[in-house]
Amino acid sequence: MSSMTDSPPRESFRLSQLIYDTRYRSLTIQVVTLLLVCAGVYWLINNLLVNLTAKDLEPSFSFLQSRAGYDIGTTLIPYTNADTHLRAAYVGILNTLLVAALGIVLATIIGVLAGVARLSKNWIVSRLMAVYVEGFRNVPLLLWILLIYAVFSESTPQPRDFRPGPDGTAASSMIWDSFAVTNRGFYMPAPVWGPSSEILGIVFLASILAAFLYRRYAKKLLYDTGRLLPMVWPIFAILIVPVVLAFFVMGRPVTLDYPVLKGFNFGGGIQISNPLMALWLALSLYTGAFITEIVRAGILSVSKGQSEAAAALGVRPNRAMSLVILPQAMRVIIPPLTSQYLNLTKNSSLAIAVGYPDVKATLGGITLNQTGRALECMLLMGLFYLALSLVISFVMNIINNSMKLQER
Amino acid sequence: MSDTHAQTVAFVREGMLDQQPPPTREAGTVKWVRENLFPTWLNAILTIVSLYVIWVVVSTFVMWAFSPTWNATSLSECRQMLEELGRSTETACWGVIRDRWEQLLFGFYPSDLYWRPTVALIVLLAGLGPVLFGTFPRWFMGFSLASPFLIFLLLWGGPIWLPLTVALGFGLGVVAFRVFSRVNQIVAVLVAIVIPLLYWLLLAWPLASELARVMPIGLEPVQSKQFGGFMLSIVIGVTAIVLSLPLGILLALGRASNLFIVTKLSVVFIEIIRGVPLIVWLFTASLLLNYFLPPGTNFDLTLRVIIMVTLFSAAYIAEVVRGGLSAVPKGQYEGANSLGLSYWQSMQLIVLPQALKISIPGIVNTFIGLFKDTTLVLFIGLLDPLGLINSIRASTDWNGIYWELYVFVALLFFVACFSMGRYSLHLEKKLQREHR
Amino acid sequence: MKKTVLFGTLTIAGLTAAAASAATLDDVKARGHLNCGVTTGLTGFAAPDANGVWEGFDVDVCRAVAAAIFGDKNAVEFVPTTGETRFTALSSGEIDLLARNTTWTFSRDTELKFDFVGVNYYDGQGFIVPKALGVTSAKDLDGATVCIQTGTTTELNLADYFRANNITYQPVPIQTNAEGQQQYLAGACDTYTTDASGLAATRATFENPEDHVLLPEIISKEPLGPLVRHGDNEWGDIAMWTLNALIAAEELGITSANIGEMSAAPTNNPEVNRLLGTEGELGAMIGLSNDWAKNAIMAGGNYGEIFERNIGENTPIGLARGLNAQWTDGGLLYSPPFR
Repeated sequence: MSSMTDSPPRESFRLSQLIYDTRYRSLTIQVVTLLLVCAGVYWLINNLLVNLTAKDLEPSFSFLQSRAGYDIGTTLIPYTNADTHLRAAYVGILNTLLVAALGIVLATIIGVLAGVARLSKNWIVSRLMAVYVEGFRNVPLLLWILLIYAVFSESTPQPRDFRPGPDGTAASSMIWDSFAVTNRGFYMPAPVWGPSSEILGIVFLASILAAFLYRRYAKKLLYDTGRLLPMVWPIFAILIVPVVLAFFVMGRPVTLDYPVLKGFNFGGGIQISNPLMALWLALSLYTGAFITEIVRAGILSVSKGQSEAAAALGVRPNRAMSLVILPQAMRVIIPPLTSQYLNLTKNSSLAIAVGYPDVKATLGGITLNQTGRALECMLLMGLFYLALSLVISFVMNIINNSMKLQER
Repeated sequence: MSDTHAQTVAFVREGMLDQQPPPTREAGTVKWVRENLFPTWLNAILTIVSLYVIWVVVSTFVMWAFSPTWNATSLSECRQMLEELGRSTETACWGVIRDRWEQLLFGFYPSDLYWRPTVALIVLLAGLGPVLFGTFPRWFMGFSLASPFLIFLLLWGGPIWLPLTVALGFGLGVVAFRVFSRVNQIVAVLVAIVIPLLYWLLLAWPLASELARVMPIGLEPVQSKQFGGFMLSIVIGVTAIVLSLPLGILLALGRASNLFIVTKLSVVFIEIIRGVPLIVWLFTASLLLNYFLPPGTNFDLTLRVIIMVTLFSAAYIAEVVRGGLSAVPKGQYEGANSLGLSYWQSMQLIVLPQALKISIPGIVNTFIGLFKDTTLVLFIGLLDPLGLINSIRASTDWNGIYWELYVFVALLFFVACFSMGRYSLHLEKKLQREHR
Repeated sequence: MKKTVLFGTLTIAGLTAAAASAATLDDVKARGHLNCGVTTGLTGFAAPDANGVWEGFDVDVCRAVAAAIFGDKNAVEFVPTTGETRFTALSSGEIDLLARNTTWTFSRDTELKFDFVGVNYYDGQGFIVPKALGVTSAKDLDGATVCIQTGTTTELNLADYFRANNITYQPVPIQTNAEGQQQYLAGACDTYTTDASGLAATRATFENPEDHVLLPEIISKEPLGPLVRHGDNEWGDIAMWTLNALIAAEELGITSANIGEMSAAPTNNPEVNRLLGTEGELGAMIGLSNDWAKNAIMAGGNYGEIFERNIGENTPIGLARGLNAQWTDGGLLYSPPFR
């Protein structure tokens, strides 16, 4: 900070030096700022305590141990209304993580595909993608969630449409007798792990390892001799064939539990509930629109010489895209992509609009309502989101560092 | 030369051939279609799929939207009208828009005073002119500075003395600074902060009420409870962005400074605000903010929301401005230092003008995001456009209506956000040109 | 009442609500209007019309209280609240009275520190199902998908009921009644459950109401009433006796049509005279003018008139009086005497 080069004359310290002397001034400013901030925080907390005492409310987290008393539609772990509020919060947290993770994956896929399509030479496709991007970016997410939810419940059949009518035919039927799309959710067969099915898992892990080794070998061969081994089909075969063989050799240890129409609803199988579907789709399409623009900007940022050079070397356009352009574009793409992932995670709190039981709906919704513990619930929820954001930023930073230009 | 040719080659064309038209498949529409729509098999399939999607969406929408129900006064009347026409009752009922569009725009603002928010919007756009377009006469800056007070007066009404006395505080600050800066810079800054604060806390209110008693000039007061619809979204969005600019700039400077404690404090504030969803902050504003204020104080919910959204957007603005600060070439900082300018002088005269100019598109984008996010206030009981939709659907006349209102609101949001987005794009391009 | 000068500055612009203090009546009088919490929209109970004027059954209670205090039924500001924000709004002083079809429960009265001033509608939670489903009893709903409104006692009742009957269900929580209606009609849930009054109101607006039936089970008691903060009994008394005045007026045959005549001169019925202020000093006892009850009744008529205008059988909602009839007609409405 100090811009003086010659040593200052020795003088006794005077108070005014704290302001006029650049050596001390920065210290003064910091101390004053710290004091002001501390005073402000003290003021807020003092007010809080005074207000709470006046209202006779002791901050306490003991309500988390009492019986929740409400039911939750989508749960990843066993839960009944006799469980505690803490467990309900936990169910909510897992649901938030689920929709955030699903959303991030789908949004990335949509974003990359649409981003490439946006730059396509096909006029209609690129126009359509522009319409998609502008349409989603310029209308509030909440509206999209509500609209997509309504479209889902209005346009898909009800479970009872699957039941044969008086004339013996049903209004709707399942796809291959295993998938059903209803306005309550999407049903699909669930795997049932029989005895010795863990051997299948071991075989699969082994084939992943084998595929990895093959890839390394092919790369080595390419660098050493210049011979290009086929990649896609062999890896695919290595991954699939042993597992399928093992499956039949072991006598089909894994069976499928098909969804069946029982009573009011389908039972069995895996159900992806309608609120989850709607929220997932809305979040992914909305965030995907932003990612599309990021991908587009990233691809455009790679100088034209790169693709021309690749073409001059005889690399086909598709390979040039995946080997030359995308890796370079990634460096531009990842930082803004991180903030989109964070946005998606935070936006998943809009789940309350469609009744998806995320943490905002359980801990910050029904629990808060039933117990009246606003301060505690908000605090816990804030901390959870903060921690989640920090974790995502951290992971993305690692990825970003590994993508950085490695200067040799 | 021509002789040699005549001897060695059997035939040489003497004159030029007339230009032939290109083959049909290489010209005009056909060529365009071939190159742009069907260059490869994959593309052809994509084109056909796209066309089909467009057809389905457009035809469904048109079939639904084309419905002569503009004059209906209730949903049942609509259904009756459609039945008489032999149309499906699943088609749109636009009567609800005719009946309620004013409400969706202005909320519960008194209907004879609708001109006030309208004029306020015009004042806002005019006031933003110099900031956004940059080619206005200098006196116009005065109007820009006065416009917040004018807008406040127009929206909330009340005696004109309150905005005037508050504005006087800023004037006092400037005068105090001018006077004391002859004596000492640092003292001047302190005085320029302390005097207006003392004036606002102790003098402004008695002065304003006294003036209002003596000369009751003003507009009919309107409570912020009566704000609603798009007006509410715009008021929350614009106020929050404008108020958060100074705070955001300070935070950005703090984060970029080399004072350890200041940097860390700024980082903590920014990351906490950005790490938590807006909806949690809104619930905090609605349920908890009162607990953090001295006992007995009680803000209007709209005001609490504005405070919270201001803090929220300050963190985002700070990040945008930080980007702007780091985009200013290092030579500029060094140049300022070498001229012997102090930190504040170099920031004020050299760095910030450039950084802010670079940040304007980012700020506009932040505003677009914030404007869209104002719809979340429906969860805490404020009647923004989406909140009003719920209320309208609860009235006996329009119970059961759905798509029409959402389509209308979505369209308005689209128009507003799209044009702002285009504008920020235009700014970005202009900046790029100027930087070359 | 403590206010810093800064906040005082904002008051003139109407930006702040008055602080919560012990004497709510004084605050309300000083402010010049009543702040009344209502729903953001529930058919028949509270919804704004095209001019932004709130109307509905709960709204009329607010208006009656405003009229009792100020003699002006329009001296009231309506504050829309959601299921989550309503209690905070009341306890923080943002509103003086909450008339938002809120169920009177033990914990709300005690733990949350409110006082319910009476019941303006006796309700209970019911179920609506499509006729085509062939369900005749709620006990047949094993495995059904149920739409419920969150932020209410409804979800707890539902969990208790299904648990007690040892049957399962899949909850679909929804935010507003309008949303629930849309989901139910689209068939995204087999049944929609909320207060029976709400169900009837909802069914009335369907395109084909006759395709849907209300199941006979009423699985809970839902006494809905206005409430105030605990601790200000004078204010609670005003709200309570205004509500009672509306009920008593119906019992005594005072309507908005004949009230002018009846209040002009003392009648033969001393209770009518005391109520309308032509005899005795009842108004002074609760700190209001002597014609307070007359103003309250003139605001929207007696209880019966309010009921008929907003949710009665001649409205699209078409609710029967049922439990909400006078005790003389076999209902539960029973106002303590004005004496």
